[in-house]
Amino acid sequence: MKYSYFPGCSLKATGRAYEESFLSLCKALDMEMEELENWNCCGATSFMSVEMGAAYALTIRNLAIAEKAGLDMVAPCGGCYGILLKADHYYKKYPTVHESAVKSLKTEGLEYKGTVRVRHPLDVLASDLPPRALRSKVKKPLKGLKVACYYGCRFVRPIAPFDDMHNPETMDLLLKTVGARIVDYTMKGKCCGGAMSGAMPNVAQEMTYLILRAAERAEADVVATACPLCQFNLEAYQDEIRAAHPDLKPIPVVYFTQLLGVALGLDATATALNRQIVPVEPILREKGILADEKKQPATAGV
Amino acid sequence: MDDKTIGNGSEEVRIGFFICHCGSNIAGTIDVEAVADYVRTLPNVVVSSDYKYTCSVAGQDMIVEDILKYKLNRVVVAACSPLLHEKTFRAATQRGGINPFFFHMVNIREHGSWVHQDRALATQKAMDMARGAIARVKFHKALEKRREPVRQSVLVVGGGIAGIHAALTMANAGKKVYLVEREPTIGGHMAMFDKTFPTLDCAACILTPKMSEVGSHPNIVLWSYSEVTEIKGYVGNYDVTVKRKPRYIKEDLCVGCLDCIDHCVFKTGNTDDEFNQNLSKRKPVYIPFAQAVPRLVAIDPAACTHLNGGKCEQSCATACDRQAIDFEQKETFEHIGVGAVIVATGFKPFDAHRKPLYGYGRFPDVYTALEVERLVCSSGPTGGDVVLKDGSKPKSVGIIHCVGSRDHQTNRWCSRVCCMYSLKLAHLLKEHTDAEIYNFYIDIRTPGKGYEEFYERLQEEGNHFIRGRVGDITDVPIIPEEEGRMIVRVEDSLAGFVRRIPVDMVVLATGLEPREDASEIRRRFNISCSSEGFFLERHPKLAPVSTTTDGVFLAGCCQGPKDIPDTVAQAGAAAAESLVLLDVGYVEMEPMTAFVTEKYCSGCKTCLPLCPFSAISRDEEKGVAVINPVLCKGCGTCVAACPSGAITQNLFEDRQIFAEIEELLVHA
Repeated sequence: MKYSYFPGCSLKATGRAYEESFLSLCKALDMEMEELENWNCCGATSFMSVEMGAAYALTIRNLAIAEKAGLDMVAPCGGCYGILLKADHYYKKYPTVHESAVKSLKTEGLEYKGTVRVRHPLDVLASDLPPRALRSKVKKPLKGLKVACYYGCRFVRPIAPFDDMHNPETMDLLLKTVGARIVDYTMKGKCCGGAMSGAMPNVAQEMTYLILRAAERAEADVVATACPLCQFNLEAYQDEIRAAHPDLKPIPVVYFTQLLGVALGLDATATALNRQIVPVEPILREKGILADEKKQPATAGV
Repeated sequence: MDDKTIGNGSEEVRIGFFICHCGSNIAGTIDVEAVADYVRTLPNVVVSSDYKYTCSVAGQDMIVEDILKYKLNRVVVAACSPLLHEKTFRAATQRGGINPFFFHMVNIREHGSWVHQDRALATQKAMDMARGAIARVKFHKALEKRREPVRQSVLVVGGGIAGIHAALTMANAGKKVYLVEREPTIGGHMAMFDKTFPTLDCAACILTPKMSEVGSHPNIVLWSYSEVTEIKGYVGNYDVTVKRKPRYIKEDLCVGCLDCIDHCVFKTGNTDDEFNQNLSKRKPVYIPFAQAVPRLVAIDPAACTHLNGGKCEQSCATACDRQAIDFEQKETFEHIGVGAVIVATGFKPFDAHRKPLYGYGRFPDVYTALEVERLVCSSGPTGGDVVLKDGSKPKSVGIIHCVGSRDHQTNRWCSRVCCMYSLKLAHLLKEHTDAEIYNFYIDIRTPGKGYEEFYERLQEEGNHFIRGRVGDITDVPIIPEEEGRMIVRVEDSLAGFVRRIPVDMVVLATGLEPREDASEIRRRFNISCSSEGFFLERHPKLAPVSTTTDGVFLAGCCQGPKDIPDTVAQAGAAAAESLVLLDVGYVEMEPMTAFVTEKYCSGCKTCLPLCPFSAISRDEEKGVAVINPVLCKGCGTCVAACPSGAITQNLFEDRQIFAEIEELLVHA
C-alpha cells in the first residue's frame, strides 16, 4: 500500500509527535507514505475569507501535485484534510473557483483533473488494512487503559466521507482493536476552540475545559486526538484553564497514532511520547503497558 | 372493420382550429394570433381562431357554434394537456353534432409555453405541432365508447381513522365494503393518541365507537392482520387478492375472553409492545389494546416459544375452552371483486435517530411525541403517570418542534400537525406534572378552527415559547443548576442570543413521512407519488382524492400530512367519489383499444405474452389472436410487436401517426 503524504505545517512543528508516531506506525504496518514533493500551505487559514480565488488555488496546487503521483493523498491534520476536501468539492461545483484555480495553476504548468482521493489516517487505517492486520501485530495490548476518543470537527463536518457526522467512531474501533477501553461521553465531536485559542483565549479555554472535564467525568485516563490543533488546544492550555477551574486535573492528551504505536510495541522514538506536555508514560506504566523503567531498564520502551 | 370515417372518401374534410391563450399562461410566451393566422392557411382548415379561455363555457359555445356555422367535421384545439381538458372539448365537439373522436388536442402549454422562454421559437413550435394535428385529424374515425357495469362493492386499504370513516360511509350507503388492515386491530395511529386537539376530546372515546361499528356492520367485511397482494382489472371491475396472515387463532371460535393471555407461560411480557411505542412489554399471545377491533387475540410468531420450535407446555391452548388456538394455521388468500378502491395506508412518524444532535436513543429521557401520547394516556404503559426513566417526575420539559420537518437535511415539508399536537402535549404535560414547559419553535402554525385560540390558551397557561431551532441537547453542564440534567442549546431569535435551558425531559415533535413500503403499494395500485413519496392526487385542487388510475381513491395521510378533521373530510370525499362511480352503475371505456385484422394475422402468438393486462388470447379455430377490448388499456405494446402489422390501435393508427410526424418534420 502506497500513499502520497501531505504533512502540512503543524506536523512539522507543534504536531511533530503526530508525524513521528504516524510514520513509524505506517512503517510497522507496511504502509508506504511518500511525502508530496514541493507541497505548500494547505490554505486552511483566514486567507479563505480575504482572497478566495488565491486561497483555493493555493489548496488545489497541492491536489494537482498529488494527482501526478496518482496515489491517494493522506492528510493527517484535520485542518488540511477538511480544506483539501472542501477545495476539491468547490473546484468541481463552482465554475468561478474552477476558472481562477485553473488560471493560477497554469502559470506553473500544473493542472488538476479532479481525480485525487483525499484520505485521513483514521480512514486509511480502518478501511485499507487487511482484516486482523492491526490486531495480529499487537504486542502490548492497551489493557485497562480508559481512553476518551476526541474527534473535533473536520474529519466529519461539513463533509463526512468515512464516519458518522455527529457520532464518529472510527478511532474508538481502532483503539478497541488494540485493547483499550473506550469511555462514552458526549463531547467527542464538539469544537476544541480552534483558532479561537489565539484570538479569544478565554472563549476557547471554556470550550476546551468542558471537553476535558467531560472526559475526566467519564473516568478517562487519557484523551486521544487525530488533529494537531485539537491536541494542542486540549493539552497546552491546561494550566491556564486550571486558574479559572481549579477542579480540572491534568490529563494527558495524545495522538491516537501514539497509542497504536505503543500497542504495537514501537520504541520511544517511534511513539514520540517524550514530546508530551502532560506526561503520559506514568499512566501507561501504572497499567502495565509500558515496562517499569527502574525494574527493567534493559527492555524499557522496546 | 367498418370504415366510418367521414371525409375519407367522398365527403370534404372541414377542420376548425381553436387556440387558447390560457390567460397569459400560453399567450405570454406564444404568439397565439400568429399561430391562428398560420393555421388558417393550411389545407382543409375552414375556421381558425384564438380565445382567452377556450375551456370556459363561452369558449366551448364558440366551438359548438362554429361547428354548426361552418359545417365542420373535425376539431383541433391547441391548449393545455389533454389530461386536463380533452374530455371538455370532446364533449363540446359532440354537442356540435360530431363524433367526439373527430376531435384532437395539441398541448402547447406543458409542452410549449411553460417549458420555453424564446417567444419566436415557442411560436414556431406551436405552429409545427398544430400542423401535425391538422394532418392527423383528417384520418380520425368515429369511435364509440363501450359501457361496462360497475361492481357494487369497494375495497378500503388501511384501517386507521381514514379507512374507518370511508368504510362506514360506504357501508351506510348500502355498499359492500372490504376493509383490509395490516395490523391485528384497526384504529391506526389515532388509537394511540391520548387526547385530540384543540377540543381535548379523548381520542379513544371518539374513535372506539366507530371501530366497533366497523366490527359489527353487516355491510363490512373486516380483514385485519391482512394485506392486499395483488390487484388486477380496471375501474368498476377490480380483482383483488388479499393475504390473510396467520394469527394462530381460529377467528370464528375466539370470543376475546383473553384467558389465553393470562395463561401464557410468560408471566410478564417478553417482547416490545409496539402499541405502547416499545415503552412496555407484552406477551407473545396478545391483544394490541383493550378496545381492539376485531377483539381477537393474535400470537406473535417472533416471540412465541412454541412457534420458534422451543419447548412450551402451550398453556394458552389448554386454557382456551373453545379450542380456538391453532398453531398449525397457515396464511390464506381471499379473492374478491370490487368496483372501487380507497387507499388509506397512512404515514410513518419520522425516525428521531436521524437527528442525532437531539440525543434520541442516547439520553434516556428524550421521547418522541408518540411515546409521550402513550405516557400521558391512562391506558398507557404507566397508567397515565408521566414519569422519567428513573421514576421521577419532570420539573421542566422541552418540546422541540419541527423534528425532521422543514429541514433540508431530512424532510423539507411542514408536517402540519406537529405545532398543534405539541401544544396539546404541552397542555397535558403541564396538567400531569405541573412542570415548566418550553416550546422551541420556528413558526407556530395554527390554521384551523379553534386552533389559534388554543395557542393563546396555552400562552395564558404559562407555557414558554422560544423561537429558534434547537442546536443540540447536551449533558455537559456549565453552572450548578444544569448538573445532572439535559441542556437545550438554542438561539433565541427573538431575544437575539444563545440560551441554555436545563430540562429533565425532552419531547421531539417528529414529523410525518410516507410509509416505508409506500412505493411498493404505489406500484401495486398503479398510482403515482410526489417527489417526497406521498401518493399523488389527480389534481392538487380540483381532484384531491382521485388518482391517475380511475376507480382508485386516496384518503388520509398517505396523500400528505393532515390532522384528524382533514383526514375524516378527505375520507368522506373519497367515499362520495366511490359512491358516484358505483351509483352510476357503469363505466365508459375509452375506445383507444387495439384490434386484430384477422386476414393479416398469422397466429404467431408473439403478442400473447407481451400484453401486461392479459387481454390477448388466441382463437384456436381461426388460428388468430383476439384482443378483449374490456381488458385492453391501449398501451400499444402488441401493435409495435406484431411482425405482420395485423394489430391496429384506435386513435393511434399508422396513417394518423405518420401524417402527424411528416408534418411535424417538414422544417426539420
